[in-house]
Amino acid sequence: MAESLTLPKKSSLEPLDRESLTHLYREMLLIRRVEELAAKAYTQRKILGFCHLYIGQESVAVGAAASTGDDYWMTAYREHGQAMAKGMSARTMMAELFGRATGSSNGQGGSMHLFDKENNFMGGYGIVGGHVPLATGVAWAAKQRKENKVCVCFFGDGAAHQGAFFEALCLAQLFKLPVVFICENNFYAMGTPLHRQSAVTDLSLRALGVGMVSEQFEGFDVEVVRDRVGAAADFARAGNGPVLLEIVTYRHRGHSMSDPAKYRPDGELDEKKKSDPLAITRARLADDFGMTDADFDAIQESVETEAQDAWDFAHASPEPDTSTLYDFTYAPQEG
Amino acid sequence: MAMIQIREALRQAMQEEMRRDESIFLMGEEVAHYNGAYKVSQGMLEEFGEDRIVDTPIAENGFAGLGVGAAMAGMRPIIEFMTWNFSLVAFDQVINSASKIYQMSGGQYSVPIVFRGPNGLAENLGSQHSTSVDSLYAHFPGLKVVTYATAYDAKGLLKAAIRDPNPVVFLESELTYGIKGEVPDEEYVIPLGKADIKRPGNDVTLVTWGKQLFNVEQAAAELAKQGVDAEIVDLRSLRPLDHETLFNSVVKTGRAVVVHEGFLFAGVGAEISARIQEACFDILQAPVLRVTNRDVPQPYATNMEQLVVPSPERIVQAVRQVMER
Repeated sequence: MAESLTLPKKSSLEPLDRESLTHLYREMLLIRRVEELAAKAYTQRKILGFCHLYIGQESVAVGAAASTGDDYWMTAYREHGQAMAKGMSARTMMAELFGRATGSSNGQGGSMHLFDKENNFMGGYGIVGGHVPLATGVAWAAKQRKENKVCVCFFGDGAAHQGAFFEALCLAQLFKLPVVFICENNFYAMGTPLHRQSAVTDLSLRALGVGMVSEQFEGFDVEVVRDRVGAAADFARAGNGPVLLEIVTYRHRGHSMSDPAKYRPDGELDEKKKSDPLAITRARLADDFGMTDADFDAIQESVETEAQDAWDFAHASPEPDTSTLYDFTYAPQEG
Repeated sequence: MAMIQIREALRQAMQEEMRRDESIFLMGEEVAHYNGAYKVSQGMLEEFGEDRIVDTPIAENGFAGLGVGAAMAGMRPIIEFMTWNFSLVAFDQVINSASKIYQMSGGQYSVPIVFRGPNGLAENLGSQHSTSVDSLYAHFPGLKVVTYATAYDAKGLLKAAIRDPNPVVFLESELTYGIKGEVPDEEYVIPLGKADIKRPGNDVTLVTWGKQLFNVEQAAAELAKQGVDAEIVDLRSLRPLDHETLFNSVVKTGRAVVVHEGFLFAGVGAEISARIQEACFDILQAPVLRVTNRDVPQPYATNMEQLVVPSPERIVQAVRQVMER
């Protein structure tokens, strides 16, 4: 490499105080509870099709949102948590999962295609790796317009073998685009473990061949994710080019609701649950900020209310009006 | 009126639109410093600079996807495929991304992008550089598919494609970039989805699009000598399809032959024939015939290649067949 840039050891973000960290904890808990309700709704056939749950990975989306909240995001199909972390309400998301007119895409998208333009959440995509080049285009636009924004692009370990992923890295580095690529390595591409997907299991090394700065770290602690994604965003925002982050995480559920995840070695899930993001942040809040069980109970209660409200809202919402069938194929000519 | 080459007409369309809208940029292989593999973008780097005329590495999926993302973010990219054959490694971006994002997002994100480049027979380039992709892209709702034969149509249609808020597949031809035609000095735009009667006639409707128009015109001239007065409908746009012009012509003549490159099996001609017979069954005097590529990958040798693609002789023969019914 001609130049050997590295990420700053610390981001420009101030450490979190009790209130801010409590907010992130609540966000993670809300995602967890909404996902659990989504699972329940799926078994009751209120949610259909594919439904990929984010349980276990909440710290990644919430930590990233805490450092790139105003930036553009693009992601794959395990995106319920990311959509909510970026600002989509639990109601709007659940209504989309239920296929209702009040959903984020009017029921046109479903679980894998959540979009929220108001919050720069640019979609949920179902072709593994196919959306990664799109993120370079969003960053291209941001750079040309001098917006001082980055595009954060999430994908899984399974996408790291796709040609589209590699092409996107090549273009982003060549054009020095402000993209933060986040590979959420949850160790399984559907049922295939990482060591059977790739000869190289440190996926951050994928960046070396295109001369891109990269870093691998564990993402169970929301504060760590916030800081490292913040450092990557600082780097990209400053015009240094893109960054590839490999965030090591773990999904507690199967690939989708139809997958019982029998391919896991015995004991692996229990072992990984010791680093449950919720437990880590709860311990931190209790140990370092003096949060009490009563404080946590109050959070739990408000989260339960909000999650149940989302279910009730979705359930009560109307199905899409069939007369709108042809309204979403072509955009009308402006003016 | 000026007589200019089709490549110049296309270039003028892009230049005029880029002058009026800063969000437009042209991206593709060799479009900038090399001035375009077929010199369509000659001189544009000089006028617009490297931020707007952008060379890419050979990564079609990557830069097609870049274009789609930029379009979602409010820019108006023109993505050049050096040939549409290469678009097949970017098929996912055109189909799964460009054509579906407006729908998947419930109308939140539109994708105003033009994918353009040469399509179909290019003479002695072998099978991997001679594919007609018309039917592949015309299959999908969410895309518009546009093509031309003349310099006039090339310019007016490309301007409309660039202004369209949807993804447009714009099919050109290596073989006709150098053909000259009259183009008005004043600005004009040809709306997408309007067919054009290139030759009025009363006895049979010849439906075509793209550079096969030239073979069809030759065939019509020969037919005129034989006392058959053919009407030529140049569709110009496969999606949306101008049913009105098409059906009005068939209602007038009672006979139709569809001429296009690409294959007979599941080709666009199959769709056109089906629509004609559904709408005009009672008026048809003969079955709708199709003249297309023969059902083989494109061979290299000249005599074999010419055997595969439509020719004026094959068109005349098909017309004689429908006239004899």
